[in-house]
Amino acid sequence: MEIGYYPGCALHGSSNDYDASLRTCLRALDVHLRELDDWICCGATAAHSLNHKLAVALPARNLAIAERDGLRSLLAPCPMCSMELLKARQAIAGDARLRGEMAAVVELPVEGTTDVCNLIQVFQRVGLDTIKAAVTSPLDSLKAACYYGCLLTRPPDVVRFDDAEHPSSMETIVEALGAKTVRWNYATECCGAGMTIANDAIVLDLAHKILANAEAHGANCVVTACPMCHANLDMKQADVERHAGAAHGMVVYYLSDLVGLALGLPEQALGIDRHFVRERTGIRNQESGARRPAAPAPES
Amino acid sequence: MARIGVFTCWCGENIARTVDVDRVSAEVSALPGVRCSVNYKYMCSDPGQTMIRDKIASERLTAVVVAACSPHMHLKTFRKAGQSAGLNPYMVEMANVREHCSWVHHDRARATAKAIDIIRTLVHKVRYNHPLEPIRVPVTRRALIVGGGVAGIQAALDIADAGYEVVMVERDPSIGGKMAGLSETFPTLDCSQCILTPRMVEVGQHPRIRLHTYSEVEAVNGYVGNFTVTIRKKARYVDIDKCTGCGDCWNACPLKKNLSEFDYGMGYRRAIYMPFPQAVPARPVIDKTVCPKLIRNGCGLCEKKCQAKAINFKDEDRLVTEQVGSVVVATGYQLYDIGREQKNPRLTGYAEYGYGTYKDVIDGLQFERLLSASGPTGGVVKRPSDGAEPKTVVFISCVGSRDNAKGLAYCSKICCMYTAKHTMLYKHKVHDGQAHVFYMDIRAGGKGYEEFVRRAIEQDGAHYYRGRVSKITEENGKLVVRGADTLAGTPVTIEADLVVLASAMRPSDGVSELAQKLNVGYDEFGFLLESHPKLRPVETNAAGVFIAGACQAPKDIPEAVAQASAAASKVAVMFAGTELTREPEVATINELTCAACFTCLRGCAYHAIDKAEVKVPGGVKRVARVNPGLCMGCGTCVALCPSKSADLEGFSEQQIYAMVESLGAGELAAP
Repeated sequence: MEIGYYPGCALHGSSNDYDASLRTCLRALDVHLRELDDWICCGATAAHSLNHKLAVALPARNLAIAERDGLRSLLAPCPMCSMELLKARQAIAGDARLRGEMAAVVELPVEGTTDVCNLIQVFQRVGLDTIKAAVTSPLDSLKAACYYGCLLTRPPDVVRFDDAEHPSSMETIVEALGAKTVRWNYATECCGAGMTIANDAIVLDLAHKILANAEAHGANCVVTACPMCHANLDMKQADVERHAGAAHGMVVYYLSDLVGLALGLPEQALGIDRHFVRERTGIRNQESGARRPAAPAPES
Repeated sequence: MARIGVFTCWCGENIARTVDVDRVSAEVSALPGVRCSVNYKYMCSDPGQTMIRDKIASERLTAVVVAACSPHMHLKTFRKAGQSAGLNPYMVEMANVREHCSWVHHDRARATAKAIDIIRTLVHKVRYNHPLEPIRVPVTRRALIVGGGVAGIQAALDIADAGYEVVMVERDPSIGGKMAGLSETFPTLDCSQCILTPRMVEVGQHPRIRLHTYSEVEAVNGYVGNFTVTIRKKARYVDIDKCTGCGDCWNACPLKKNLSEFDYGMGYRRAIYMPFPQAVPARPVIDKTVCPKLIRNGCGLCEKKCQAKAINFKDEDRLVTEQVGSVVVATGYQLYDIGREQKNPRLTGYAEYGYGTYKDVIDGLQFERLLSASGPTGGVVKRPSDGAEPKTVVFISCVGSRDNAKGLAYCSKICCMYTAKHTMLYKHKVHDGQAHVFYMDIRAGGKGYEEFVRRAIEQDGAHYYRGRVSKITEENGKLVVRGADTLAGTPVTIEADLVVLASAMRPSDGVSELAQKLNVGYDEFGFLLESHPKLRPVETNAAGVFIAGACQAPKDIPEAVAQASAAASKVAVMFAGTELTREPEVATINELTCAACFTCLRGCAYHAIDKAEVKVPGGVKRVARVNPGLCMGCGTCVALCPSKSADLEGFSEQQIYAMVESLGAGELAAP
């Protein structure tokens, strides 16, 4: 299966561990990623809070490139990116006048026909049975709290993915890897996202609640499919612990990390060794791959 | 040759303003067969009708066309007028020049031309009319009531008290329906059981009511006035004639922990049980899915204890048939079973409220059982998880209702009222407790209803928040309810001990299958369709079948009772005579040309066509035959018949062709 790949700024920057993880993992599942040529920023929160037209034009340029290059499907692993792309696609597809206007702005014709998907959807397309069959190291000591964050399922009429308030698609995949999942309370709560820059006390409070709740429901790791969530829960975890005066030590995986580990791929190749919170001993059955001796110390 | 009179009505200004009625009369008078063509300001008035009668006599008219409003409005009026002048009423036709012409056009010249076209078609049609006689069918003066809730009970008693026999079929082991399980009723707070159980007993003892409980309608055959109903009496394993209802059997039954259907899972019952103490009939039933004797020939204690020898483990489902003349469907409602596996993909929302996962998230009917003096807690409010008295209770209205995104579009109508009632009853029992209500709008239309809600807020101190709840989670033994107060513009988080969901009302399971057996329509949500939403609210499009209560739409007790009495009066009107007359505009089949392909039979939505045999020289010929008692005159068979053997009285192919041809042949008098 070949699929277009829109990494977005995060996966080329602060979250390059996510990029490594999903590239390694998808390659093993015979999914070939074709990175979108000369892609630009999706606009994120900045564009849609300032200028509606810009918020459509930025993702529209990316959609136009995908259409030009014949990419029917486009994986946008960052939920913010995929939401912005889907929102622009919806606006363009339903409005001929806007289509014309955007074609002029982005200097390419754009129809809004590209199928934009998130990482979970790619795994769904690979198929649960294929994944199950490829598992070599079942993750049976993991009890995962699947964390969707605020954007993966929302806004429901834009992303049209799973049940917005009570999703279960990630659990299905994680359970196929032999891991257990927990029912917990914060699966679709906000982690504070970009507030981490402007007002990090909000993020620290929210992240503490999320981590504490996962722990209280018996989880020994949190699984996410969002670079922002991962940053706030993993990179910030030392700050969260200091702020809340509580020890969490909660490992935070990307969904592709878990699939990769279950397929027996080495941690290093999956970028897990670049996570800040290291795995507590004994939560996984076996060592897989070489580990770097120590994680880089959190910058504080 | 027909002698036709055309009478054009001005309808005051309604027609005459846009249509030049004098020109119409003049042009129409030249059409073939027209002997007189006049117009008048109000043709439906007494002088107008007199004019028609006089002209029929003086011009010796054999057919009449009245060009006026819709035939739905006045066809009966003019047919009666024609009849009183000695004409067969079916020789009178109407040309609709108001709804179809003057009301929808502005250009006077073109509207006049169109009116002439319309009238011309009817003049050509009426030439081929022939006298028809109303169809008379005998009536079995016995009614079937499906459903023994408050609506069914009311209808049954009204019909029986009018002197007619009633057969009541109830799916559950006892009649009483949802109302039997309610605590107190709004807006007067009178005890639900206290007002219902005497009515239940009346039904049980009424000499003209035959009760089939724990039974379902298996099949319905026949037509208005003459239905044959097959009823499945489910195996009860107790002979209700021998049984005295003493209770020795269920007191002996060792299987105590079966969730009680009557308590909506809030309490337990035995494997042999009476659903509730005031049940009618006051006879137990054995749950064959749990009884050890029925599963593996174990136990059998109840049989040993029963002195009346009423237990019969060999009991089987039995089919009985009843002859009835009309049917009242009163199958009621159920609540939207949120957050559980649903067959209908439309009903998968709201898992985030944790119903079915958190024990202390319950629905309105379950809370009724916690409030009820006869309930599993004896009327003491105890939460299901640990039996503690809840000090903070959150009520959420519109769960599943008024929600196009993940629920049902309609308003369930009663939830605003019963939620207000719940907060009051709760406060009356837990004085130091606090009720919180999340609502969209408070809909309290009805006598004393708004005052009732104000009482809940002002006297009993319920906190109302206008907003929705996004999620309910459980933390540290509390239910954390997170919602919005849109009037204050703030998010609200309440740590509650108990959450009560006012879930949407839906028609009972199985009602669409029943509707199909009865040829009654239902809407996208499964509610049964009335004939006309305003003027025929209890009739259905199936002649002789009436509806009452929440099977038609969400409604409260007073409305359900009113509708039940209305349905009963319709039945009584039908039973007042020994035979029924039906419009003769039904399909006929020419048995000489019928090729017995039975395409019509398969296409008939009303099952009005049967296979029949006729004697012909040299043997017997199979033909299709229309049952005029069932035929609704829709014309589907006429369109389907490959040999053109089917035709419709009053709308024959000849008549329709004449109308169409007259349009083409006529000099379309365009300006």
